Amino acid sequence: MSKSQKQKEPVQYGTLPKALTGITGLDEITGGGLPYGRPSLICGEAGSGKTLMSIEFIVRGAVQYNEAGVFVAFEEKSDELAMNVASLGFDLKKLQAEKKIRIDHVHIDRSEIEETGEYDLEGLFIRLGYAIDSIGAKRVVLDTLENLFSGLNNQAVLRTELRRLFSWLKQKGVTAIITGERGEGSLTRQGLEEYVSDCVILLDNRVVNQITTRRLRVIKYRGSVHGTNEYPFLIDEDGISVLPVTSLKMANKVSTERISTGVPALDDMLGGKGLYRGGSVLVSGTAGTGKTSLAASFANEVCNRKEKCVYFAMEESPNQIIRNIRSIGIDLQKHVDSGLLYFNASRPNLYGLEMHLVAMHKCIKKYRPSVVVIDPITNFINIGSVSEVKNMLVRMIDFLQEEQISVMFTALSLNTIINEQTDEGVSSLVDAWILVRDIEFNGERNRGLYVMKSRGMKHSNQVREFIITGKGLQLVDVYLGPEGILTGSAREQQMLLEQTGEAIRSNAVTRKDREIVRKRKVLEAKIASLHTEFESVEEELNKVYLEEELKKEILRKNREEVIRIRKGETEENVQKPKTSRKK
Amino acid sequence: MADQSGVLERYNEGDTGSGIYVLRLFITGASPNSIRAVENIKSICEEYLPGNYNLEIIDIHQQPQLAQGEDVIAVPLMIKLSPYPKRRMIGDMSDTNRVLKGLGLATNS
Repeated sequence: MSKSQKQKEPVQYGTLPKALTGITGLDEITGGGLPYGRPSLICGEAGSGKTLMSIEFIVRGAVQYNEAGVFVAFEEKSDELAMNVASLGFDLKKLQAEKKIRIDHVHIDRSEIEETGEYDLEGLFIRLGYAIDSIGAKRVVLDTLENLFSGLNNQAVLRTELRRLFSWLKQKGVTAIITGERGEGSLTRQGLEEYVSDCVILLDNRVVNQITTRRLRVIKYRGSVHGTNEYPFLIDEDGISVLPVTSLKMANKVSTERISTGVPALDDMLGGKGLYRGGSVLVSGTAGTGKTSLAASFANEVCNRKEKCVYFAMEESPNQIIRNIRSIGIDLQKHVDSGLLYFNASRPNLYGLEMHLVAMHKCIKKYRPSVVVIDPITNFINIGSVSEVKNMLVRMIDFLQEEQISVMFTALSLNTIINEQTDEGVSSLVDAWILVRDIEFNGERNRGLYVMKSRGMKHSNQVREFIITGKGLQLVDVYLGPEGILTGSAREQQMLLEQTGEAIRSNAVTRKDREIVRKRKVLEAKIASLHTEFESVEEELNKVYLEEELKKEILRKNREEVIRIRKGETEENVQKPKTSRKK
Repeated sequence: MADQSGVLERYNEGDTGSGIYVLRLFITGASPNSIRAVENIKSICEEYLPGNYNLEIIDIHQQPQLAQGEDVIAVPLMIKLSPYPKRRMIGDMSDTNRVLKGLGLATNS
């Protein structure tokens, strides 16, 4: 909206100026709108939305681009028209009062008219000219011009006058839309396409498998590149939205930010941080494996971070999901109340695939969530072939990536093709694929969870047992025993067994420890006694040695005494040995 | 001719109050069709409704707002406002029988 409001002037594409229609998506397909100052033809069957598209062109022109418009209604009266489009939020009366649009009802009834000779349609020209000039209109709609053919007999006059009308409109420089009923084998019943050659848009309302899809195709657009495909469009309370949803660029921004899945153990499996923001993750598994629980816990986590989440529920009603998820200890109701979580529940076969895409787009554009959950995508297969569903999901993922929105899909896989492929073949499209599968063993069914792939991050290659408890979701390492993978009670048993073994082992260990302590004590006692023994032996040895020393000393003294006595020395000298002995 | 005047007399006797023919002719300037239409209708009126008609000629080029009010598409357009029923005739009024039929002056034959 802000973008379109910025470009108020007709956008120049090469040499052909264009007038923005303001209709969501149509301007993208046509590369800027309808040819400016020229007539365009919108044709289609009854009820395909011709009148609505043309009135929207006029109203949006008046409201968004400040270009007044004249709507010439050959079919409906002004009041009827105002009433019909009031449900889309267009207040025609007010716009008419503001002189932004002018509605001119042209009534032709053959029974009232007598043709009395030559005539022309100058009256229409004058009326139109007057209407255009009175409000300075830049846009004109003639809906449905073919009614002239039913009201007037003279085909030759009509055809020449129509030709004149179109050249006159061009001369007036108004951007005009002419609507025409689709005819057998031709675009319009009266061959109007012969006269309007610049731009022809075909609207179509097709029923395939009892599901109606409105589609739009630009058949020709002279002097301009345009989208050539059939584009689905939606008429809802905001008018028409066309979605040129196939982006060919593949030039999306990528984020390295990681967001939690809401199950800490799963985050651990995904490199410890969770998923990339803006990434897509597929949770597939057989019935009753907890896909919705996983999705809800993801949504819960997002809302806990105060981010917005849109939950597309394709199977269960929002209330049902809220009730069921409450049983695993997650309260989604408070997020719904706070406006962070928005449920969009619709049955897949409510409308066609394309319409689902369009509706999802609209919803996402409106709420601008950071995370989208689609639960499940499986039932889309009911309303389209595998390739169609895949195509649709590619476009969905593409769109979400562009908007930097993370998405979680859930998909039911069948037992026969478990872990090979999901029905929709989307496993190759997504960034991460989490598989939840049943492990049946020992008369029990347990859930096992794998991360099949996770682009751009280290992820665990192990199977975890996925347990849904009253306090949320948990992942437990499975036991790889001699008999294979053990889960559930078998795992518990194994754990008990191992605990017993542990107890016995630890008991044995403590006994050994005690013995060692005892041994050490004995040895230490022994060492002590040996030590004492050694001391006594040492003392004994020392004693002998001292005695020897003493003896030697005494002998020496005696010898000295004898020597001194022999020499006859005095008393003075006698004291010397005494002192030395003291020493 | 005698028959037609008889019809006229019957008509005139039938609704004497609004016996006067009120005709409004919408033309577009001096286009050939318009000029022919004015000439033709004048001569028809003079012939069949002498003194008993009120012909108003409107040029919608001059008064385009009237064109919408009377739902004018094809021109020349003549509207017989009175006597009832209201009839609309388009064309240059060259087909006298059709004009008379439109005016309610033609016999069934």
